[in-house]
Amino acid sequence: MDLLVEGVRQAFGLLASGDAEIRAILWLSLLVSSTSTAVALVIGVPAGVVLALGRFPGRQLLISAVNAGMGLPPVVVGLFVSILLWRSGPLGVLEILYTPVAIVLAQAVIASPIVTGITVAAVQNVPEAFRLQLVALGASRAQMVWVVLREARLPMLAAIMAGFGAVISEIGASLMVGGNIKGQTRTLTTAMVLETSKGNFDAAIALAVLLLVLIFLVNWGLTVVQQRRAP
Amino acid sequence: MTRRRVAALLSLLIVGVLVPLSGEAQRAPVILATTTSTQDSGLLDVLVPMFEKQTGYSVKTIAVGTGQSLALAGRGEADVALCHAPTLETKYIDDGKLLNRRLVMYNDFVIIGPAADPARIKGMKASDAMKAIGTGGSRFVSRGDNSGTHNVEKALWKLAGIEPRGEWYIESGQGMGGTLGIADDRSAYTITDRATFLAFQRRVRLPILVEGDRPLLNIYSVLEVNPANGPRVNTAGGKAFADFMVAPETQRVIKTLGVEKFGQPLFVPVAGMNEAEVGAKK
Repeated sequence: MDLLVEGVRQAFGLLASGDAEIRAILWLSLLVSSTSTAVALVIGVPAGVVLALGRFPGRQLLISAVNAGMGLPPVVVGLFVSILLWRSGPLGVLEILYTPVAIVLAQAVIASPIVTGITVAAVQNVPEAFRLQLVALGASRAQMVWVVLREARLPMLAAIMAGFGAVISEIGASLMVGGNIKGQTRTLTTAMVLETSKGNFDAAIALAVLLLVLIFLVNWGLTVVQQRRAP
Repeated sequence: MTRRRVAALLSLLIVGVLVPLSGEAQRAPVILATTTSTQDSGLLDVLVPMFEKQTGYSVKTIAVGTGQSLALAGRGEADVALCHAPTLETKYIDDGKLLNRRLVMYNDFVIIGPAADPARIKGMKASDAMKAIGTGGSRFVSRGDNSGTHNVEKALWKLAGIEPRGEWYIESGQGMGGTLGIADDRSAYTITDRATFLAFQRRVRLPILVEGDRPLLNIYSVLEVNPANGPRVNTAGGKAFADFMVAPETQRVIKTLGVEKFGQPLFVPVAGMNEAEVGAKK
């Protein structure tokens, strides 16, 4: 029990002292996970709209695949992305394995199905009559999609939160493609595993507290945006 | 958020990821595949910055356990390996995948277990102790991950003539720290390197029961990667790191590591010796 108290105390000590290494780890985690969430949005929102509104053969199968992909295990993604990025792998020429870019790539793969899946549900939740009305009023297809997405903004923000939540907390992919390299690819979760395996439980608890605080702050910000625009 | 603000945020993020990358040293980075104990003990935190400063190479340390680090280096996915599994290492040397194995340092393994010592192994030779544990069916926690420690354990079972199997034999599939935790929780025997054991003393109550026997030597070597393993192996960088590990100045630093924190050094430097000489020192 005193270990927990000591860990929490140390967490605030670390934050207050502005420990350079901890700050770098915090910043990298935030940066990598927000970038991968952004990439997932760029991929997932259009894909979700096409799946929700399009009518083409195999659509149902694709939606099923996306929904299954929402539970894609990070460690599976980590393994396949590592092998792709190996020097001997098809993307080896890029030489990005064990860099933050590799983590962004793997996390984007994890977050994309989540964003896509929630987008599909959000768009389909907007009544079809509303869409027909927009088209009847002379909206172009792009305008219609834009208005529908605005209408679905509450679940769309939930998509961002779910995507970000999945990647900031994953460990398997970051560890495998990033390598947990000190000062380069060490994130909050991989640092926690390392400190635990070193037997530095108080440091691990401190990192855990920081991670939770970070996740809370990000979601708080998103929720403020979400609720302010709420009808 | 307006679209412009979203765009500004996105470009900020992209710049943020790319700028730290372009700040890398000019020479191609060296990928070091190594075992977790070199990282967990803090050795690399001292030596890697020293090497980077001396040579201008940047190092990417991938600390994964000896089995995987040798496999990675053998495929040319790393440029140099720092490991502690002599038998496995020799296999890679014989296959021509890794080259120029040189001893760097050693410490030792210890067998720990419950203070009550149900198998009565205290003070025994390592292989006799394993035999007593195995035949008596006392609980034993194995790493089970083909790490250097796991390889030593397997060699000891072989020496003892025991096929470890049954309810008493627990495979943790975790690193040394996790395994120590399980052994402590289950009041079981296990084998651990001394450095990790020292680091975990606060948490693990199992005393050392067997130590100082020759098969318990934990010898670390550095191995270079055959350039033929792949087109992008950084041969020069890998060799530079291997040379650095056996250089006199580095060896002096190794000798002092851990003295401050644990009251005893974590490793004994042995560059230039062969295995028989290391054994004779004990």
